[in-house]
Amino acid sequence: MSSNVTEADEIVRRCEALYADLSLSAVKSWQASHPGRPAIGLLPIYVPRELVHASGALPVSILGGGDQIDIVKGDACFQSYICHLPRSTVELGLQGRLEALDGFVFPSTCDVIRNLSGIWQLLFPGKYVRYLDLPQAMDPSTGGEFYRRDLEALGAELGRLPGGNAPTTESLATSVRLYEENRRALATLRQLRAEAPWLVPLDESYLVVRAGAVLDVEEHTELVRAYAAAATRRRRKAEDRIRVVIAGAFCEQPPLGLLRTIERSGCYVVDDDLFLGARWIQPTEAEDRGDPLTSLALAYLNRSVVASTRYQPDGLRGEDLVRQVREKRADGVIFAAPSFCDPALLDQPPLQKALGEASIPFITFKYAENTGQFQAIREQAGTFSDSIKLWGEG
Amino acid sequence: MKLPITEATANAAPPPAPLARAASQVVQRDASPTVQKDASMDRQKAMLAGYFSELAHARETGRKVVYTFVPGNLTELIRAAGALGVYPEVNALQSAMRQRSDGFVREAERLGHNEDVCSYVKCDVGMLASGNIGPTGEKLPPPDLLLLSYTGCFTFLKWFELLQKEYGCEIAMLHVPYQADGTVTEDMRRYVAKQLATEVIPKLEKVTGRKVDLDELAELLRRSGRAEDDLVWVLDSAKSRPSPIDAYFGGVYYVGPIFTAFRGTEDCEGYYHDLRGEVAARLARREGPVMPNGVLAEERFRIVVEGPPNWTHFRDFWRIFYDEGAVVVASSYTKVGGLYDQGFRHGQDRDPLLSLADYCLGCYTNHSLTARVELLSSYVRDFGADGFVINSLKSCNSFSVGQLVMMREVEKRTGVPGGFIETDLVDPRYYSQANIKNRIESYLQMIAQRKASA
Ligand code: SF4
Ligand code: SF4
Repeated sequence: MSSNVTEADEIVRRCEALYADLSLSAVKSWQASHPGRPAIGLLPIYVPRELVHASGALPVSILGGGDQIDIVKGDACFQSYICHLPRSTVELGLQGRLEALDGFVFPSTCDVIRNLSGIWQLLFPGKYVRYLDLPQAMDPSTGGEFYRRDLEALGAELGRLPGGNAPTTESLATSVRLYEENRRALATLRQLRAEAPWLVPLDESYLVVRAGAVLDVEEHTELVRAYAAAATRRRRKAEDRIRVVIAGAFCEQPPLGLLRTIERSGCYVVDDDLFLGARWIQPTEAEDRGDPLTSLALAYLNRSVVASTRYQPDGLRGEDLVRQVREKRADGVIFAAPSFCDPALLDQPPLQKALGEASIPFITFKYAENTGQFQAIREQAGTFSDSIKLWGEG
Repeated sequence: MKLPITEATANAAPPPAPLARAASQVVQRDASPTVQKDASMDRQKAMLAGYFSELAHARETGRKVVYTFVPGNLTELIRAAGALGVYPEVNALQSAMRQRSDGFVREAERLGHNEDVCSYVKCDVGMLASGNIGPTGEKLPPPDLLLLSYTGCFTFLKWFELLQKEYGCEIAMLHVPYQADGTVTEDMRRYVAKQLATEVIPKLEKVTGRKVDLDELAELLRRSGRAEDDLVWVLDSAKSRPSPIDAYFGGVYYVGPIFTAFRGTEDCEGYYHDLRGEVAARLARREGPVMPNGVLAEERFRIVVEGPPNWTHFRDFWRIFYDEGAVVVASSYTKVGGLYDQGFRHGQDRDPLLSLADYCLGCYTNHSLTARVELLSSYVRDFGADGFVINSLKSCNSFSVGQLVMMREVEKRTGVPGGFIETDLVDPRYYSQANIKNRIESYLQMIAQRKASA
């Protein structure tokens, strides 16, 4: 084993520890080194972390409890036909594991996250709870103006939290720059995976991206770069596997075991929408010297990813998925959606139609973040891989 | 979103019950199938039949057709543009009442729609795939415009994206912000009004070729406001003992015209005027509401209900309450198309676009959970309820997520225990009569014991 491999492995090990740490030790150590400064929990999918960062707070992405937490009280808050993420999140809250967080921002992702903001108000009456209504009207004069004013109000509120400061033009410009760098680092890693997925396994890249949920942005950017550099130096050969894109896993996250199962069943995952919030805004090389708050609002209007939770008529999402498959030279798509996730599941028929028209094969399964049995998925993915190989050879 | 019944057309299933019936207090439970109907019921039926006929002939008459949703609907604006509104949620619930939704839902699932998603969407998609035959048996015209005014539900976005792909027609989006902390800010109002001016009205004018006259719109809104006064009077009548109305099962009929295509019309104003007269007469006679099997002889329980009803077994569901002498005195479902009882009226703001903005922002599911808890608690108190029941729907995250927490909060605030049942809107596979009956009966028994020991 070369020292380079060890370096990548070391980074991944650290990221896995962060992933497994549901009590947010990393956040607590950040607080210890930044006394008095707040940490703010952000629910999926997208909240502009720049704004939180510019107020002096640590933005912390909350992505549920995965398969690592027994749900005791959370189930008493949700009917069986609601996705799993809110119940594990409530469980984390009721078990006191989110105590390090001084406030929570709930973006307008779907009815579940929306109502979860209300549940939070009722269950944790002392905490700062903020709903962020991301605009669906994408015209700068309507949605843009509304959103900019709302961001301004959010910034002012964050500034009023103990230890917080209202973002200034300077602090916001700095934060915007730091997150732009982070996005570029993530984009490089994503590209590397598309080019040489045998060097960057899905579970590793996911853990590295996911570390950004709790780390300070600068530290995370360094970590992503270090991992990408170390992985590039690996000496590994490509195996005979099919190349697939995962679609639908943008909010509630599949368990690590499921990600590993897919790749061990004859697939290289060359792109995915896991933890989509981390790369919601597409990076740009263009330098922006304008008002940073306006930049933030315009970034949402103009540079957001195509996503199931955004209004997009005209079959745009289907076209986007086909383009993604082509660009990443994928052989097929795995639709992996959380059970009871309306945004992901309602999108599947039109997306599948678009793939069908483009002769791109796909398989579909549902998961919950605490799914423990992977046998069926192993068989499904294995058969998918075999059939594509056979079909490709034929 | 959930919505009012606008059934009662020629080919529709037999209506669940007349709104009222000139009957004595003594009622036989399994009364004759030939029920006597009130004038208001006949009037609503005639209005609906006329409207569906207009829709069926829209192509010949050149009327443009706008599909839109009930919560936050812009009916007066659609009318001011000279177009006709179609409400897919209404079609779905009518299909369910005619026992056709099962087939439509299965058809949608056959086409690849998932078992987990909202059954309203699947019912509509299945109906479209099966020829788009409306409740009168006539084909519904395709939309010229999809007016995506999405209040209180994200599934609306997905629903109309699906339809837009099918029809390839014009679509207008109106983003209505959520009242997360229970207030409407000036920014929210102006954002909605501006979208009306820059997105919705231009698209309406484009498809209809007719300019929207804002003075005419304002007049329609004022007329709506007058009808809303009468509706609120009717809903308030349930504070009397016995209540002359059932504000849930009966209530879905009462809100029919005002939640859909008729708001702003003279017909609608007349309907509510008549309805008020009928209820006033019943009140004067100290009569209870007309239930599926006749006028309720004895009001044993006064109940508040949260959540939409099940439509596939509407009468059976209602019958469970009737058999126990339980009257619903207030419900949240009858507020999805507007919280008029909390003071809002169309036309209140002299600026018609701001008035419509206020309306969109104020519908029930656009309110925070805390505000919903407060409203339900106030219903329990103000209507003297003995209990409250939550009908939680598998389909509807907008309503359902948080209801268990809400139940505990309402219990805490009112000291009244809640009952919790689970059904679905239009997918009959998720309705179990035996199970629901059992639960409601046990719940009411518990309430009876509480009352006895009080
Ligand atoms: S998994 Fe889907 S339904 Fe659940 S919170 Fe996330 S986006 Fe909403
Ligand atoms: S989720 Fe609920 S509110 Fe939304 S369309 Fe379905 S039934 Fe209506």
